[in-house]
Amino acid sequence: MSGNIVLQVEDLHTSFFTRAGEVKAVDGVSFFVREAETFGIVGESGCGKSVTGLSILRLLPEPSGQIVGGKIIMEGKNLLELSKSHMRAYRGKMISMILQDPMSSLNPVYTVGDQIGESVRLHQDLPENMVEPEVISALRLLRIPAPEVRLKEYPFQLSGGMRQRVVGAIAMSCRPHLLIADEPTTALDATIQAQYIALFEDIQEKTNVAIIFITHDFGVVARICDRVGVMYAGKIVETAPTRDIFKKPRHPYTKALIHSVPQLDRKDERLYSIEGQPPSMMNLPPGCRFYPRCDVSLDICKEQEPPEVKLNENHSISCWRVK
Amino acid sequence: MINILPTINVKKKKQYRGITRATRIVRNLAFIIPAAIMALMVIMAIFADLSWMGLPNVGIAPHDPNAQVMTNRYLPPSFMEGGKSEYLLGTDKFGRDILSRVIFGARVSLSVSLIAIFITAFVGTALGILAGYVGGRFEGLIMRIVDMALSFPFLLLAMLLAVAIGPGFWTVVFALSALGWAGYARMIRGEAMRINQSDFVAQARVIGATPWRIMSRHIFPNIVNTLIVIMTLQVGMMILAESALSYLGIGITAPQASWGSMVADGRSYLDTAWWISTFPGICIGLVVLSGNFLGDWIRDKLDPRLRQL
Repeated sequence: MSGNIVLQVEDLHTSFFTRAGEVKAVDGVSFFVREAETFGIVGESGCGKSVTGLSILRLLPEPSGQIVGGKIIMEGKNLLELSKSHMRAYRGKMISMILQDPMSSLNPVYTVGDQIGESVRLHQDLPENMVEPEVISALRLLRIPAPEVRLKEYPFQLSGGMRQRVVGAIAMSCRPHLLIADEPTTALDATIQAQYIALFEDIQEKTNVAIIFITHDFGVVARICDRVGVMYAGKIVETAPTRDIFKKPRHPYTKALIHSVPQLDRKDERLYSIEGQPPSMMNLPPGCRFYPRCDVSLDICKEQEPPEVKLNENHSISCWRVK
Repeated sequence: MINILPTINVKKKKQYRGITRATRIVRNLAFIIPAAIMALMVIMAIFADLSWMGLPNVGIAPHDPNAQVMTNRYLPPSFMEGGKSEYLLGTDKFGRDILSRVIFGARVSLSVSLIAIFITAFVGTALGILAGYVGGRFEGLIMRIVDMALSFPFLLLAMLLAVAIGPGFWTVVFALSALGWAGYARMIRGEAMRINQSDFVAQARVIGATPWRIMSRHIFPNIVNTLIVIMTLQVGMMILAESALSYLGIGITAPQASWGSMVADGRSYLDTAWWISTFPGICIGLVVLSGNFLGDWIRDKLDPRLRQL
């Protein structure tokens, strides 16, 4: 747990400007990922997980989505200050992303080989006869059987699981330093999901890629993530190694989330659920965002946002209860 | 070992599920017939004469289309009483051979429509993709121009052009193209917007593709189907429009033959010499019908839901 820091996000603010007003989808998020490490971002839908991922690649839907503040630092450079074409050179080469629905991420009119090759050709200055070996090695990395045959096939000829792997092969084709996976397992059934996650671990071992894994599934988190950031209403409320998140969560929201995961050895009558709704991102309450739903709130929670407190190098938390 | 499995006498039943050659042909008649007609027309146009190969006296057309033989005026088709065997479809008021004029007319009518179709398809597709991709104010501007083009009276524009630059081949092409691109632009823009929202375009952005690349390599190939269908259906429209212009005298000028101008030539003699207008009219009808049938057939074939079968 001491690899180089690949990506550092500092106080990221991303907003959507709609007719109804500014929606602060990401409101001061900070975290970092190390080499060969998997950082999980967990939270309920609409908390800003995916927007965080898209912000890193600067691929927000324009013109409504805008990064309004913060820094995203990779190799000493702030990605938010790069020119458009410079940023484009980072996408796919340094940072890759697997989108929420990888099944439909392949262009129906091109073969698998063409689509992986597109990324290779865009970023690596290779002679044409070297492209195919690169494509095959990307397919091998994703453990796709008979890559020489597969690369001549069209997406509709592949099974769902295979398509997903091809998307992974596109993402990994230039051996990026950072891979952002935005709920890639949500659309899969449990067995394929387990296989796919094992594949991620395998790839990480082989390539040392840093992974940001965006999910709402604690099972997946426990399986693959080294450290986890729990996100609530546009903010990371607690960051900790995965073990600590499960064994000794400190933030009331994290506790409540862990508590609402169904467990086989617990014979409760009803599954626990957190009362109420997350706040509207359009007009956030002045104090702690979780205050209205919190069981252990204090008076100060209503008025002031809790600062981030570092318990140790890897564990930080924003809650007035923790000092 | 005792064979306990009962031996089933598998008598090969006549295959009903398999598609026999005959049914396949019948099913494809909707393609074969119009394609054959189109091919015939195109061959007529190309080989009307071979002057483009340096052989001016060889070709399908039996006569010079513009040769006037005053002794042979208003000759009926050869199968009618009083017809001459060398004038298969009769002659017009100047004694010109109708068949030869129909054959040369195919050249003019088809080339005008094809050129206009390619110009309109190119301009309309480029603007449509751009509008659908870029969006915002640019899209608004393009689409308002499209609205204007679609609401502008086509005949008025054609007449203005004919007055301004004189009637002729390129005037017709220009008149047909000036407004025709708008339909493509509107259709393609919708498609481009839809594809621009798709996951594979998002994926292309993720790997760092440039806007130009996304438009040309990811959006365009996915609208080719739509484009081909519109283009085929436009063949009929364009031929009709060209005929209308030539009929009104603001298109192809005499003595050059186009189907529309031939119909116009014969309109005063419909009661006495019906063949002057009828044969070019039949050609217009056949081409328009074939174009529409072909368009429908191609659309069915290219439908992505059917393509995998």
